[in-house]
Amino acid sequence: MLDAILPAAVCVAGIGLICAVILVVAARFMAVREKSREKELRACLPGVNCGACGYPGCDGYAAALAEKTEKRTNLCIPGGDGVSEKISQVLGVEFQDTVEQVAVIHCCGDCEHAAKKADYSGIQTCSGAKMLYGGEHACTYGCLGKGDCAAICPYDAIYMEKGIAHVHAPKCVGCGLCVKTCPNKIITLMPDIKREVIACSNREKGAVARKKCTNACIACGKCEKICPTGAITIEENLARIDYDKCTSCGKCGQVCPVGCILSENHSGRHRFPEE
Amino acid sequence: MMRDLIIIIFTAMLVNNYVLVRFLGICPFLGVSKKLHSAVGMGLAVTFVMLLATAATWPIQTYLLTAFRLEYLQTIVFILIIAALVQLVEIILKRHIPALHRSLGIYLPLITTNCAVLGVAKNNISEGYATFIEAMANALGCGLGFLLAMVLFAGVRMRIETAKPPKCFEGMPITLISASIVALAFYGFAGVIDNMFL
Repeated sequence: MLDAILPAAVCVAGIGLICAVILVVAARFMAVREKSREKELRACLPGVNCGACGYPGCDGYAAALAEKTEKRTNLCIPGGDGVSEKISQVLGVEFQDTVEQVAVIHCCGDCEHAAKKADYSGIQTCSGAKMLYGGEHACTYGCLGKGDCAAICPYDAIYMEKGIAHVHAPKCVGCGLCVKTCPNKIITLMPDIKREVIACSNREKGAVARKKCTNACIACGKCEKICPTGAITIEENLARIDYDKCTSCGKCGQVCPVGCILSENHSGRHRFPEE
Repeated sequence: MMRDLIIIIFTAMLVNNYVLVRFLGICPFLGVSKKLHSAVGMGLAVTFVMLLATAATWPIQTYLLTAFRLEYLQTIVFILIIAALVQLVEIILKRHIPALHRSLGIYLPLITTNCAVLGVAKNNISEGYATFIEAMANALGCGLGFLLAMVLFAGVRMRIETAKPPKCFEGMPITLISASIVALAFYGFAGVIDNMFL
């Protein structure tokens, strides 16, 4: 009985032991030293892999920081100051302030104001609607209203109301995924301490734009004239705000005849303690 | 000699294709064949591991298990050896060829004791390949057959992605049906090889 079991047990145990020894030796001598700093840095980052930092995901940013090819610790927009501070502690460098950003939608042509030229019943995505004569609205610059941005937002910060997208700022971290997704490029990121937004993207002449959407910017230039800091300029029949100069005084919103300058509190998620 | 080896390789690759004829290694076949790129990666990794596993298990079977009449331990010993071997290879690759590790890396742990790999190791013995070279040729053929099946099926699946099957067939059912049709096609190779190299 024992003669039968013993050789088998010895054989299997022996092979197992040899394999184990080889693996242990290999792990001891061949193993790549896991870059502990990279792991530490990776742990600081939120792990959304949004690409706002310009690297392919959080791993990429952590690797670049660890290898010192990237000196800026404030690239993580979703993480904000908190992450920048943690990273600078790990790296032992000076803290760099993050410009917290929120996404804003440059269109306020909801179903009550924007004229429709057709009924679209194809694939219910913005990119699909865009392909067919630029969407169902007369204005081909504005929100297509099929919610591609809302679908991609990892924080549920975008909702659709009256046929156009809105950003619920307290949930937005400014990762910029929606900016990349929108086929009409009507979403941009802005510093979340500013209030004024030009909620229109139409670059047609005033009269044409007005026919297509009663909320469209008609490039009258009133906001440009009243702005005390010269932050607003009219380019291509559309008002633009230079947020470096804007002081959020709110005067432009009051004079705008079509009401396409919205003045709201855009404080994003960074301003609120973690829920 | 050369002719024998070629026949072994082509037989293993086409006639006795591990995935499509013997139905071994179906899990990676269905799981990783969605994209051509990952299918190729997986196929290469499997080929690599099959060769390594044969190189390790054939001598052990011949000089240890058969010599001491412990053939009944074959399965458990093979699993042990292949698992340890793949781990070792992963460690070595990570250190010395990081580029290869990055491309094969995620697939290696998946195939540690993949049944196709174990099947090759066991069939090498049960089909009675007389020499080490013949066993290696068989492993190479099996690996290439796996790669071929993966690549072919990745192409089929890309078509399925855009096709619109009946609602009840969407997803895995239509994938399995198309796999069976591809498998049927491979039965056409039976008997071809013997006459091919006459």
